Amino acid sequence: MSIEDNRMGIVVSGSSNKGVEVRLDANTSVEDMVVGRYVTIEGQKRRFFGMITEVLLGVTDLNLTQTPPDTKDPFIAEVLSGTSTFGTLQIMPYLTIGGDIESVVEGPQPVKTVPSHYSTVKLAEDRDIELVFGKEDKERFWIGNPLDMETKLCINLPELVKRSNGIFGKSGTGKTFLTRMLLIGMLQKSACVNLVFDMHSEYGWAGTSEKGRSVKALKQLFPSKVAVFTLDEENSRNRGVSTDYVVKIGYNEIEPEDMSLLRQTLNLTDPAVEAVYQMRRKFGNEWFVKTTELADSEDTKELLSSMNIHESTFQNLQRGLNAIKRLPFIQKHTEKKAVNHTIEYLNRGMNVVLEFGRYTDITAYILVANLLTRRIYSQYRDKTEKAMSGAGEPPVPLVITIEEAHKFLNHDIAEKTIFGTIAREMRKYNVTLLVIDQRPSGIDEEIMSQMGTKITCLLDNERDMDSVLSGVSGKSELKAVLAKLSAKQQALIFGHAVPMPVAFQPREYGSAESYKGFSDTVNDTEQAQKDIEDLW
Amino acid sequence: MDNYQASNEIILKECAVNTEEIVRIGEVIESATSHFTAQCYELDSFPPLGALVKTQNSNRQIYGIVFNATTEGIDPGRKPLARGKDASSEKTLYEANPQIAKLLKSQFEALVVGYKEDDRVFHYLPPQPAPIHSFAYLCPAQDVTEFSRSFEFLNTILNSSVSLPHEELIAATLRRMSIVQEDKHAFLITAGKHLATTLSGDFKRLRTILERIRE
Repeated sequence: MSIEDNRMGIVVSGSSNKGVEVRLDANTSVEDMVVGRYVTIEGQKRRFFGMITEVLLGVTDLNLTQTPPDTKDPFIAEVLSGTSTFGTLQIMPYLTIGGDIESVVEGPQPVKTVPSHYSTVKLAEDRDIELVFGKEDKERFWIGNPLDMETKLCINLPELVKRSNGIFGKSGTGKTFLTRMLLIGMLQKSACVNLVFDMHSEYGWAGTSEKGRSVKALKQLFPSKVAVFTLDEENSRNRGVSTDYVVKIGYNEIEPEDMSLLRQTLNLTDPAVEAVYQMRRKFGNEWFVKTTELADSEDTKELLSSMNIHESTFQNLQRGLNAIKRLPFIQKHTEKKAVNHTIEYLNRGMNVVLEFGRYTDITAYILVANLLTRRIYSQYRDKTEKAMSGAGEPPVPLVITIEEAHKFLNHDIAEKTIFGTIAREMRKYNVTLLVIDQRPSGIDEEIMSQMGTKITCLLDNERDMDSVLSGVSGKSELKAVLAKLSAKQQALIFGHAVPMPVAFQPREYGSAESYKGFSDTVNDTEQAQKDIEDLW
Repeated sequence: MDNYQASNEIILKECAVNTEEIVRIGEVIESATSHFTAQCYELDSFPPLGALVKTQNSNRQIYGIVFNATTEGIDPGRKPLARGKDASSEKTLYEANPQIAKLLKSQFEALVVGYKEDDRVFHYLPPQPAPIHSFAYLCPAQDVTEFSRSFEFLNTILNSSVSLPHEELIAATLRRMSIVQEDKHAFLITAGKHLATTLSGDFKRLRTILERIRE
């Protein structure tokens, strides 16, 4: 396609705040224009890169809408099209590149002005995309293709993992596939380790596609880099997953902070959470067992009244603790602390996927995720601080993936939980989060605003969209793009790791051919060949 | 040649607009910068409405578009009377009253829309009006094609103060010009688009014209 073929229209008005209005040429069909597509504008002195945020129909005279002409007459229709009736586009420019050599070397910069009147607007070509997002290389990972384009859209993964990131989208829009692909990208391109709290056992060994087909997950593609931990050995065995470690948690590992996070899920009252801390002071490390074992006796009553705990509060607490006690992976004694084991793996540069098996109950998920993360957090902090003072190496950057993030990061508990702290400040200590959620509006605003890069699939709830886009420039324009994403295999990425927002179609995942590009095994070609044979 | 035949002949020639022959159709008897009036040599032998005509003097040709034609008595005080009550046909009427041709005159008015000088066509008013008694010619196909490469003359018509509705005149002009074009449809579409831009705020006028030029 020649350059001239790509011409779509000219800029007729604009504002640096709201973007520019482009009038389409008569021979450009308005129906070919898609919200989210990527365009370039040739200004007088510089080039602009932008995205179509709205497509509109315009008329020069209101009479055309009030008394429409006889459109059955092809002559009149042809004359009016592109002159009296025309298409217009709203385009949000995001980046600009100057014409002089210095600017070319500097690369695209954020836009601070608008193109001049009647600048030519063209559909972006492959080389434009490459100029902005870079080519696939040892740091850039191909995540998909910009909408309606063949070009590879690449993001810089070491840059991505420097901050906490979020993946959002309604249920069934492809969050899991996106996450799995991104994790693979991290394994391939960035020098970080991952800890994945895998609620639905989708990331470790194998996952399932919407059509029910099984797709390979991390361990199958990177056998030497990934360890699968499980909470539910039996379930993992039934699924034919070879696990590296079975996680058991001792009563004495549970701390009062873990309980405060479970307040909502266990239906604990505020005084009951307060009572946990008192119990801890009273009984020390053994508080969990001792509290659950307190019988309904005179002694207990006395003890409670001495601690100023109301009887109903105590009952509420005990009910909560018993619910935890019933979780099969919680045991009185454990040989080795799961936390230490996990950290050991992470320190060796192994990525850990923790499968929850049948315990998809949110209580188990929150408890385990929080418990492990808090210990890892303190270790990482110590290590980093030591490294700062010159006594040792800084720890390997760690990315913690959590699902159902609004349960950890909602407004009520975000202040208290470890995940809130990580999202806010752990970047300094080489720990970041990868948050996966379907109700972003449930996540605390402060945390949302701290996220570096957000990838979002279709969202149709007004509050969710507002929350995802909070603090982003050109919010209302991006909202229009977001609302128009198709329900499957389309996503919008914006934030720290990408120079400008872009709607894209994630890379294919799940076919034998696609694994070739993902796997890092030496004999990957042979493996792919084998996969193809298996398929037939 | 009698008048009746003469008038028919000019119409025939005019219709065969593709011919390269230059047809002289009259003589300028009243001239102004924006328009001129030419008298026809034969009674009723006008060029058609919207036809492109020209006067030719030294190295300048002035182009006009016919917007009005009249036939009246030479003496403004004496009006023609009906004479054919007993005539079997119009032809016999003329034969019975040979003085008619001497007492009446036919003339047409043309709106000046441009000129040609040193082989360049300009789509705006000439520096001087057409000299009086210049001969007026019907433009041959080549002139029409050359002149209609730009549609600026449509703006001249739209801004003129001719007595005829502008829409009628524009439609008639474009219909005539389209006959000599290689691609008639493309010509009319381009003209229509030009008008749509010019009349962007007045769809009613635009529609009136488009209705009159569609094929």
